[in-house]
Amino acid sequence: MALYSDKVMDHFRNPRNVGTIEDADAVGEAGNAKCGDIMKMYFKIEDEVLADVKFETFGCGSAIASSSMATELIKGKPLSEVEQLTNKAVAEALDGLPDYKMHCSVLAEEAIKSALEDYYTKHPEKKKQ
Amino acid sequence: MRIYADNAATTKMSRAAIDAMLPCMEEQYGNPSSLYALGQRAKEILEKSREEVAAVIGASPREIIFTSGGSEADNQAIRSAAASGRKQGKTHIISTAFEHHAVLHTLEALEREGFTVTLLPVHENGVVRTEELVSAIRDDTCLVSVMYANNEIGTIQPIREIGAICRERGVLFHTDAVQAVGHIPVDVDRDNVDLLSASAHKFGGPKGIGFLYARKGVRLTSLIEGGAQERGKRAGTENVAAAAGMAAALTESCSQMAQTASRLIPLRDRIIEGLREIPHSVLNGDEQLRLPSNVNFCFEGIEGESLLLLLDDKGICASSGSACTSGSLDPSHVLLAIGRVHDVAHGSLRLTLGPDATAEEAEYIIRNVKEVVERLRGFSPVWRDLSSGKRPHIL
Repeated sequence: MALYSDKVMDHFRNPRNVGTIEDADAVGEAGNAKCGDIMKMYFKIEDEVLADVKFETFGCGSAIASSSMATELIKGKPLSEVEQLTNKAVAEALDGLPDYKMHCSVLAEEAIKSALEDYYTKHPEKKKQ
Repeated sequence: MRIYADNAATTKMSRAAIDAMLPCMEEQYGNPSSLYALGQRAKEILEKSREEVAAVIGASPREIIFTSGGSEADNQAIRSAAASGRKQGKTHIISTAFEHHAVLHTLEALEREGFTVTLLPVHENGVVRTEELVSAIRDDTCLVSVMYANNEIGTIQPIREIGAICRERGVLFHTDAVQAVGHIPVDVDRDNVDLLSASAHKFGGPKGIGFLYARKGVRLTSLIEGGAQERGKRAGTENVAAAAGMAAALTESCSQMAQTASRLIPLRDRIIEGLREIPHSVLNGDEQLRLPSNVNFCFEGIEGESLLLLLDDKGICASSGSACTSGSLDPSHVLLAIGRVHDVAHGSLRLTLGPDATAEEAEYIIRNVKEVVERLRGFSPVWRDLSSGKRPHIL
């Protein structure tokens, strides 16, 4: 049995939405270099919809695949849906991750939450209570 | 192209080893302890294998115990020396910070049983300093255990000098020679070694067998109780086929050692030279005092597992000391021991060449490692911060 599912390998080899957004409306980051994983997410938001998203990741295969899959799952979605994304959904969409790699999907969720937090800090009026 | 460059992990079995093993399975399958001819024939093969193994390290056959591999040999060597030490009230052991876990974890277990352990530093070049050993030896030191060559960074230790120091101070000396035997000259008398561990699958032999050399007079403790095999020091029906395979592989690799080394060293050095062209990279371990097959680098801004997966796509099998490949949160203890910080140690790559490596393969490796490092750096937020000056370069 291979370490990763075909889907993980596909997203690792051909990551979607890689890069940065120069005039991003929000930027989120999770992880740290000491632990060997850092994810960065760039959001372009229009009318409370995630118009565009890009990521950069320093990390293992499953970290790169998790970021790629997470961006696919949230791109074009209203922020109210974006904030609902869970790490489990990311892992499931990848046809599963090895147990000891589940933290990679957690990082993806955290990076998204961090970007949303950045956005709401800049635009407190947009945050729905 | 498909290149197996992880020969420190394991090796392809040599034809000689396979040829030596097959008859033991198909025809000479007797139990060496049985008295009929079929059993005695197996016993002959076993003892001939022992003689061959002993010969290449300058030992006598009675000083060789076949084990399940290097880890068992390390465990038994250290446990035996500790048991002898305790009888004399000596409970201090000296080793190094970058030993294999078979040694380090055995020492940790002994610490829980009341032993005191001093781990010598290995410095940035990955080599033990003998003067530090001299000052670490105490009156209650019962064992010094220093690996012959490191499994990750390939650095060769001053074993002969360490052996001489231990001999002079009357302390038992064990060396984990798993990466050395079959690759560089090892001689237990010249090196003043009392206990030595080796593993067959690191030199073209089968997995699941290794040996422990114990100098005549050194008392061994059994780890496995049972029958009287291996002079009562290792119970269990002997794996005759594996012993024959190990002996054949070792004899062959030792007979070709000089030629293999003189072919591999220029290839190793070419790869080192090529990978040095990658900005913000560093060779791990001393450049001269290293195994002919070993190349080990750290590249800033990338993580080792993704590097390995992309190299696998290019047909290159290699390994890394990143946390993701070690199965823990910490990167390789070897890289940390030579002073690499976590951030950098995660981006390590070990390439260990096989005896048949070619110049063409070396160029293919250089080209593809460069390409893969560049690709991963292309979307690494760490690399972005390093390049923009937001984060200072370490390498």
